[in-house]
Amino acid sequence: MSILEIEGLHVYYGAIHAIKGISFKVEPGKIVTLIGANGAGKTTTLSTIAGLIKPRRGKIIYNGQEIQGLPPHAINRMGICLVPEGRRIFPNLTVMENLMMGAYNRKDKNGVKQDLEWVFSLFPRLAERKNQLGGTLSGGEQQMLAISRGLMSRPKVMMMDEPSLGLAPILVEEVFEIIKKINKEGVTILLVEQNAVGALKISDYGYVLETGNITLEGHSKELLANEQVKKAYLGL
Amino acid sequence: MVTAMRTMKEKTRRDLTLTVLFVIFVAILLQVANVKFDSYQKQVLSLMAIYGIMAVSLNLVNGITGVFSLGHAGFILLGAYTSALLTIPPEQKAMIFIIEPAHPFIANLHTDFFTATIVAGGISALGAFIIGFPVLRLSGDYLAIASLGFSEVLRILALNLQSITNGSLGLKGIPNHTNIWWSWGWLLVTVLFIVSLVKSSYGRALLAIRENPIAAEAMGINVFKHTLLSFVISAFFAGVSGSLYAHWLTTIDPRITTFGPVLTYYVLIMVVLGGLGSVSGSIIGAILFAFLMEWLRMFEQPFTLFGRQYPAIQGMRMLVLSVLFVVTMIVWKRGLFGRAEITWDGIRKLMKKFRRSGSR
Repeated sequence: MSILEIEGLHVYYGAIHAIKGISFKVEPGKIVTLIGANGAGKTTTLSTIAGLIKPRRGKIIYNGQEIQGLPPHAINRMGICLVPEGRRIFPNLTVMENLMMGAYNRKDKNGVKQDLEWVFSLFPRLAERKNQLGGTLSGGEQQMLAISRGLMSRPKVMMMDEPSLGLAPILVEEVFEIIKKINKEGVTILLVEQNAVGALKISDYGYVLETGNITLEGHSKELLANEQVKKAYLGL
Repeated sequence: MVTAMRTMKEKTRRDLTLTVLFVIFVAILLQVANVKFDSYQKQVLSLMAIYGIMAVSLNLVNGITGVFSLGHAGFILLGAYTSALLTIPPEQKAMIFIIEPAHPFIANLHTDFFTATIVAGGISALGAFIIGFPVLRLSGDYLAIASLGFSEVLRILALNLQSITNGSLGLKGIPNHTNIWWSWGWLLVTVLFIVSLVKSSYGRALLAIRENPIAAEAMGINVFKHTLLSFVISAFFAGVSGSLYAHWLTTIDPRITTFGPVLTYYVLIMVVLGGLGSVSGSIIGAILFAFLMEWLRMFEQPFTLFGRQYPAIQGMRMLVLSVLFVVTMIVWKRGLFGRAEITWDGIRKLMKKFRRSGSR
């Protein structure tokens, strides 16, 4: 059974029809990616799943339960976590406080402690800077903080919106490596990327989103080899 | 790691001792003032603490949660009327309600000052709870306007509910209960409560909401519930300050100059002057504001300049005050303290700096 299933989702911004009835599935333990150009509706899709935007029609099914229309904090508590685009860390809170905000709804103190150690082992740089204000970190470090903050809620599904945006090429690779590592720990990942090559390389399955519709889907390897995808998104 | 934690604990204990000593020190100073000062100076001293409570409570919503509310005067008014109606003796009420007799329920109410203040806070908090549902669904400018409108509605109600508030005649002969101890004592309670709130994980969530409401929401924080609670707590202490204010003024009325938007702006000036988001800044801002408002009265006296006599100019102090604020805000863009707090750690660092530069 899929852990997350989207069925005929329609989202509007006022009169603008942003998502036009898309359906897709995320299998547990996998990395699934949505690729597409600017304005295709990738961020809208993730925001809708996270509950930040209410869909007009359609279903979002998480573990067999319909979650569309629930408030974001309720969805977060069920184990779906969004690492938003542009990082959106809390600039005037320290790194440590940022991380603790991720674990805000958790009551298991020991588990939180363990996850903190895990996060610090993933990103040793954050451990060094845990008393620094979030806003004083570099762009790459902020992205790491945003991912770590998401992990602190111990999500079952982690949605990442453009984690490689605005990062230096070396860092982009590092971020993709980290995503793979997190996935190996059993976290299902739904990844949205403009960097289609990177995303398809690490993911298991991919969907191509074009102006609110899914136009193509397949195993990531197949998509990487697909002539149409190559032309439109890979620049090959 | 373990030793680091132990020294942390020792430090918190030491800071706690220092804080207790500081409070005792301030209490001694206040006692000295209580004996030495004349009644005018004592009045100003009490007003400083009342303004302090108003500023610290507004700062919780506007500075810490980052919700720009302009309804503070409404909550202060609610508290002031509630407690005044509770402490004015029934005989006195019979005398002041001349146009229309007081509602029988209100006519016979009578409690002591402390109970009245608590009830005042409670009624204000209840008001915030009710008004918070529609108002806090808005954001930004819309929220500011809606909260401003709400406080004006309350004032107009006070003007027209003749049998409850005595309308435009106001409430006269409120017992003069507010003294230095009541006002500074309540300021201490307010600060202790709000500081421990801000330091808790709940307070961190409020800060997160200020920093980025969408990210906070995505992190699983129920933004609406948290803002509502901070709004209610803020209103409770606004109500308390209203009670103290009423028993300081001894006469309250629903004129625009007493509980109108001007009062909200005064409190806002104190908070912004001290530094939006800083509790210590709010207190210092309030003390400064109360002091300047009195001290600048010298500009309203007749004066001689280059051998020519000039008559007194009413309202001159407000002009001077405004100029002072403009200059302050240009020099310190984020208020005197910014978002920083006065902490023992900060003081220790400052002392070290002094010692080092002294030995050089």
